[in-house]
Amino acid sequence: MQEKPQITRVFTCLVAALMALLLMSCSQQRNEGTANFNQTYPSEAGGTLVDAMSGEPSGLIAMIAGESSASTIASNIFNSLLKYDKNLELTGELAQSWDVSADQKTITFHLKPNLKWADGKPLTSEDVLFTWQLVTDDKTRTPYGADYKLVKKAEAPDPETFKVTYAQPYAPALDSWSGLHILPKHLLAGQDINNTPFARNPVGSHYYQLDQWKKGESISLKRNVNATQGQAKIDHLVSRIIPDRAAQFLELMADNIDSMSLNSIQYARIFPSRPDLTSKIAQYKELGNSYTYLGFNLKRKPFDDVRVRQAINYAIDKQEIIDGVLLGLGLPVASPYKPGTRWSNPELHPYPYDPKKAIALLKEAGFEDHDHDGILDKDGQPLSFEILTNQNKEREMSAVLVQRRLKEIGIDVKIRVVEWATFISRFIKTGDFNVVLLGWGLGLEPDQFNIWHSSQQAPGQFNFIGYNNPTVDKLLEDGRMELNPDKRMKIYHEFAKILLEDSPVVYLFAGYGLPAIHKRVKGIDDPAPPAGIGHNSYGWYIPAPLRRNEISAE
Amino acid sequence: MLKYLMNRLLWMVPLLVGISLISFLIMHLAPGDITSTEASFNPKTSEESRQKLRELYHLDKPVIVQYGLWLKRMSTLDFGRSFASHQSPVFWQETDKDGNITKGMIQEALPVTLLINVLSLSLIIAMALPLGVISALTQNKLPDRSITIFVFIGFAIPSFWLALMLMYWTGVSHNWLPISGLHSLGAEKMPWLAQWIDGLKHLTLPILISGLTGLAGISLFVRNGMLDVLHQDYITTARAKGLSENTVVYKHALRNALLPLITIFGLSIPGLIGGSVIAESIFAIPGMGKLFYDAVLMRDFPVIMGILTIGSALTLIGNLLADLAYAWADPRVRKGVVQ
Repeated sequence: MQEKPQITRVFTCLVAALMALLLMSCSQQRNEGTANFNQTYPSEAGGTLVDAMSGEPSGLIAMIAGESSASTIASNIFNSLLKYDKNLELTGELAQSWDVSADQKTITFHLKPNLKWADGKPLTSEDVLFTWQLVTDDKTRTPYGADYKLVKKAEAPDPETFKVTYAQPYAPALDSWSGLHILPKHLLAGQDINNTPFARNPVGSHYYQLDQWKKGESISLKRNVNATQGQAKIDHLVSRIIPDRAAQFLELMADNIDSMSLNSIQYARIFPSRPDLTSKIAQYKELGNSYTYLGFNLKRKPFDDVRVRQAINYAIDKQEIIDGVLLGLGLPVASPYKPGTRWSNPELHPYPYDPKKAIALLKEAGFEDHDHDGILDKDGQPLSFEILTNQNKEREMSAVLVQRRLKEIGIDVKIRVVEWATFISRFIKTGDFNVVLLGWGLGLEPDQFNIWHSSQQAPGQFNFIGYNNPTVDKLLEDGRMELNPDKRMKIYHEFAKILLEDSPVVYLFAGYGLPAIHKRVKGIDDPAPPAGIGHNSYGWYIPAPLRRNEISAE
Repeated sequence: MLKYLMNRLLWMVPLLVGISLISFLIMHLAPGDITSTEASFNPKTSEESRQKLRELYHLDKPVIVQYGLWLKRMSTLDFGRSFASHQSPVFWQETDKDGNITKGMIQEALPVTLLINVLSLSLIIAMALPLGVISALTQNKLPDRSITIFVFIGFAIPSFWLALMLMYWTGVSHNWLPISGLHSLGAEKMPWLAQWIDGLKHLTLPILISGLTGLAGISLFVRNGMLDVLHQDYITTARAKGLSENTVVYKHALRNALLPLITIFGLSIPGLIGGSVIAESIFAIPGMGKLFYDAVLMRDFPVIMGILTIGSALTLIGNLLADLAYAWADPRVRKGVVQ
């Protein structure tokens, strides 16, 4: 008989002890704060707002960094000349006003008086001129220089005036000046903008300045006491870098972060079934900045035939996609502009779901099921194509619903999902695709010359579907030259109407952004204005009794 | 012995060049470059500026020329600068003329990955040794069977799922452990002991999860090694001499059974610097796995090559160390090497 070695015994004891420990700690329950988050409180300054972001910026100079996380953080630190207000109309930020010359070629910006950088130095038109020189410098590694290179002459005649002259009238100019963060000349002159330490330690002029950047973990901002746009209410903004959405959601549930953007399942399924969440976290809904579309390669048969494109448009049930993919949290769109803004033509409506009409149009175009295999054909060629999209759950699911609806009218669709960089280099640049399922921005600036003008079809340019309509070309050219907003509006309403009839793309949906913010944060506009809830974030406040430290101290 | 060592070290150079050439070519087989990222698909950007970027990074040159440029830089141990991450140095910090220090990307990501991997490897060894020994001693009986089932469940369970469940249980339902990240907010203001405890709490789940998945391999190795040895004649002899069972098991059997583990540890050295993308994303840990994954998605070639080069160099060194350790531990091998 073998004697049992002692290790077995020791180990059994250890396991038992561990189990006991776990069981014991199970009885410990989390203490919930008892503060009433629904009560109203007067506005007061102070407190910390913690949010989560998925990616870490590489730097905080937005024109170099490029990622959306960089511009999100940087827009709390830097000002532009102009900005969009809550209704998405252009208004002054650093500029108090601007004049357009009679020939529409010169724009003069009048800066607000006594502007200051966070370090107390004055902010003048010299800084604006310096920033323009940077973004147009050939040595600057930015992809965003094109708009600013159209400026023939930029001058700063006095500290409060900045004047740009274009070779010909250029209407998108105003929008471009709302997207350029003005950088401080006194700190950056003589530096290599591409790898300056300033990108990690910026000094701006907006509500906040950088407090601490813990690489890979969090970026903390503190209130800029020298801010000239007004003082923000909340003292500290902390953005934690949490790449995984599920982990962000757990942190939100555990009250370690105050805000994140939800996906539709979290918004429409989890929240309604969890009163413990809805009692402390408020859900918001704001129209996002992009729409998803099905785009045809117009250089290929049969997509060169407008009847085929319209038929496919009629055959797709957009509401079904919105309900199925976004759980109802989206809108059908009929133009590439945000519904409710001035550029969106209110008379346009999306193609209704009408399979009969689709079949009739296809028959007119010569497609019928001659060989009775369930798939339409013309001249012996079946109507069959591949939808190409990138790895994006919403797009993949939309493609499946499109596939099913098209199958019902006799179109055979296959779906192919590829990784982004491969997608762009292998298929988009080479034009080697039939149909793509992608997204474009719902522009705040109506000019979409780069996407729809027939001259923009070279490899690497954005009219990769090969759209070519002389009337649209003319409208797009006119729209670029017209700086009068009312006249511009007419041009783009007409453009959107033709685009809808021509159906070079099928607009599928525009999804909502779904921010969830803890109810301790007050002063948020609900329902959200067209610009989204963030437009007045500097006015949000956290009443002292609801602040995190006070609650967790118990 | 010294000659043998020199020989091995010299051979590493051509091997490394070969590995890096193959890695470089494979990396360039994937379509796209830094200018075809999602952010660059923005109508406000222009093809001319993208072309300008490609020229700046020499991406317009033939692949073999790019490799030559890279090799030339590497020969002075210059890992280059990242394309995607604001020109940060890939490997180690640089100081510019004004005395500003820019930390290297690998330099920043490596310590936490190394810490997690070393701790989880220690956890694996601490668990796998007793489990393997118990399994071998109770072969085909209940403890052996339950241990085997346990380690296989640990191996087979999707780690992201287990991670999320544990995060929910220990972080949301109960307030025992932090959910993600490395430090609590404001941790730098705590006293040092509290900071340490805070850090350990943040690392508990990641280490536990990666330990659980790695347990199966090592514990079965120990089990089978033990079984082999326990059936050897010299064990029977030891028992016949009347030695106590503990002496037989730990002094005679275990020591011999552990020899093959040396090889495994040698091979796990390069694994120490590689993090798991999934675990690092879920736990929001800025480690090597995430760095590499993001670099691949961004087509950030200098970073990809930097990590691959360090990884392959460590693999070669790990092999060498394993061989040396084996010779040190096992006289039979040592004699063979010297001859």
